[in-house]
Amino acid sequence: MENILEIKNLHVSVADKEILKGVDMEIKPGETHVLMGPNGAGKSTLGHAIMSDPKYEVTEGELFFDGEDITEEGTDKRAKRGLFLSFQDPIPVPGISLGSFTRSAIEQGGEKHIKLWDFKKKSKEVCAVLNMDESYTERDLNVGFSGGEKKKAEIYQLLMLNPKLAILDETDSGLDVDAVKTVSAGVEEFKKNGGTLLIITHSTRILDNLKVDRTHILVDGKIAKTGGPELVSKINEEGFEEYLKQ
Amino acid sequence: MKEKTYIEDIDESIYDFRFEEDEEDILGRGIGADLIDEISKEKNDPEWMRAFRQKSLKIFHNTKMPQWGPSIEGLDMDRIVTYIRPKAKMRNKWEDVPEEVKQTFERLGIPQAERESLSGVGAQYDSEIVYHNLRSEVEKLGVVYTDLETAMKDERFSKMIESHFMKLIPPTDHKFAALHGAVWSGGSFVYVPEGVKVEVPLQSYFRLNAESAGQFEHTLIIIEKNSYLHFIEGCSAPKYYAASLHAGCVELYIGEGATLRYSTIENWSKNMYNLNSKRALVEKGGKVEWISGSFGSHVSYLYPTSVLNGEGSTSEFTGITFSGEGQDLDTGAKVIHNAPNTSSYMNTRSISKSGGRNTFRSEVIVKPQAKGSKSSVSCASLMLDSISNSDTIPVMDIRTKDADIGHEAKIGRISDDAVFYLMTRGLSEEEAKALIVSGFCENVSKELPVEYAVEMNNLIRMEMVGSIG
Repeated sequence: MENILEIKNLHVSVADKEILKGVDMEIKPGETHVLMGPNGAGKSTLGHAIMSDPKYEVTEGELFFDGEDITEEGTDKRAKRGLFLSFQDPIPVPGISLGSFTRSAIEQGGEKHIKLWDFKKKSKEVCAVLNMDESYTERDLNVGFSGGEKKKAEIYQLLMLNPKLAILDETDSGLDVDAVKTVSAGVEEFKKNGGTLLIITHSTRILDNLKVDRTHILVDGKIAKTGGPELVSKINEEGFEEYLKQ
Repeated sequence: MKEKTYIEDIDESIYDFRFEEDEEDILGRGIGADLIDEISKEKNDPEWMRAFRQKSLKIFHNTKMPQWGPSIEGLDMDRIVTYIRPKAKMRNKWEDVPEEVKQTFERLGIPQAERESLSGVGAQYDSEIVYHNLRSEVEKLGVVYTDLETAMKDERFSKMIESHFMKLIPPTDHKFAALHGAVWSGGSFVYVPEGVKVEVPLQSYFRLNAESAGQFEHTLIIIEKNSYLHFIEGCSAPKYYAASLHAGCVELYIGEGATLRYSTIENWSKNMYNLNSKRALVEKGGKVEWISGSFGSHVSYLYPTSVLNGEGSTSEFTGITFSGEGQDLDTGAKVIHNAPNTSSYMNTRSISKSGGRNTFRSEVIVKPQAKGSKSSVSCASLMLDSISNSDTIPVMDIRTKDADIGHEAKIGRISDDAVFYLMTRGLSEEEAKALIVSGFCENVSKELPVEYAVEMNNLIRMEMVGSIG
């Protein structure tokens, strides 16, 4: 099967400091990949670079999505193709509600117009999956949200927008057990709909209920090892030391 | 006797001397007593008005240009002289209307007839009908809604107008108030009798369109005890006039327990100097609500002022200012607390982009007798790029200890992280910025009537994205 995402020899700098030093990765549709690694290895950088964050400069290498070269494409174009990044720390946007933002994002993303009725129906379903009160969608986007609420709001958007490939950047960090469960339920729902995942994490709690296909260990800007789901439990027990020594 | 030494005349031209007196002369040149008399004759002014115009003219000639705000050096007074001449055609030629203005009409989808009226090319037929219908509707309530020139000659109102006209904004106030006093033309007169609540908003837009006036217009509104009126001035479509000065006056007299809401959306074409003066006098328990959206003009000086003269009277000011390339908009509000237990609120948002400049100027004066008064000022400015500017100049003069005064000011730049965040959900950069800006204004725009909020949002979107959704 064709790769949905292909990363070739990706070098990325932030403020002239090289963070990613040649990353390769191939993800097939429907797969779940996990990216692990110690703090500062460049995990979030990879997530942001895949979404073309202007703060991150790609100095070398290529990105392909659905077989097309997207290396030069802007963030919104990539999003329209079906890429999604769930933020580690979502940005508050005062004056615009989660619901109305999500609706305009759906309309920007290709569907010319979604009827309010249809939107509400879908929103209701998604809220149920996430154990979220519907009134939540009327609150200003990420404004005054707790850590858990912010992450739920990200997964809400994920399910509403239903992209082809979602990068979850530390979606489970800072959450209590119940919140992790809720978020996991949302992620499972996304998988059920055929979604592809790249999960960036340094813990494994979010992975408990998910079938992982590939695991990548990122150390100092390079993939130190790629393996199957067994790698997750190995890291769980032994940590990253083995790879740090290399 | 000393020996004379012959010295050649100094060639002063190299110094390019300019004397202030000269400047005054140049500015005043062409606006002479005879021209003003011509206006009076043409308008068939009553004697007091003829004298008032002449007095104002003298004040105009003896008053200096304001030296404290945005530069108004580009103001072409000679051109203005041409347009204040009575019978001078205010009409422009469609060919002369700037391309930029025409494009905006295109984007707003305004029909050709209306485009011409907005450009001062032709009067609008529809407007006349709307105006007359509205007028006869409110007449049934005893409300007078007419043009000031007509009302002045009506014996029922002549005394009332004489005792109120430019009493709140005297010609001595500033140079352009004086100019207004001398050359004013057109405008609205509204009188609401005691206890009458006018349900439909009166819109000057239709009236002024019907007349194709609007540059030196005078709005005089008197509402009596326990009455209510919402008056709407302007419209969101850009207005273009060949003479680039707008020096109107708005005087509002609000009786005991009465409420007047005065809304403005102003979108003058970007060659305009908007030097407008607005003032309200509020009696006991009365309330003035100013709503002000400033989008157009090249330079604006605009500070609606409330004089809280009666105990327990209130002023609310809600404003949005948006300045883009080449615009220097100096806007804000003033309140004078003149009586005990008066309250004032100001809540404003200003946005600048593409090198635009915004200055928010507020002044709160609490007199010694205004004990137990409250004032709260909140202003926030958002700059969309690093070449735009925003300033906040709040002035407070509090002469009693028994007053509750609050002030909050925020100035910020749009956050790249927020733009990126929204773009990851599929919004283009412009869409993302437009959304952040409407969110930033939401706090203010939710105060507006729905159709106004929509217009305001459309304007913001148009300034941001160049289209309306």
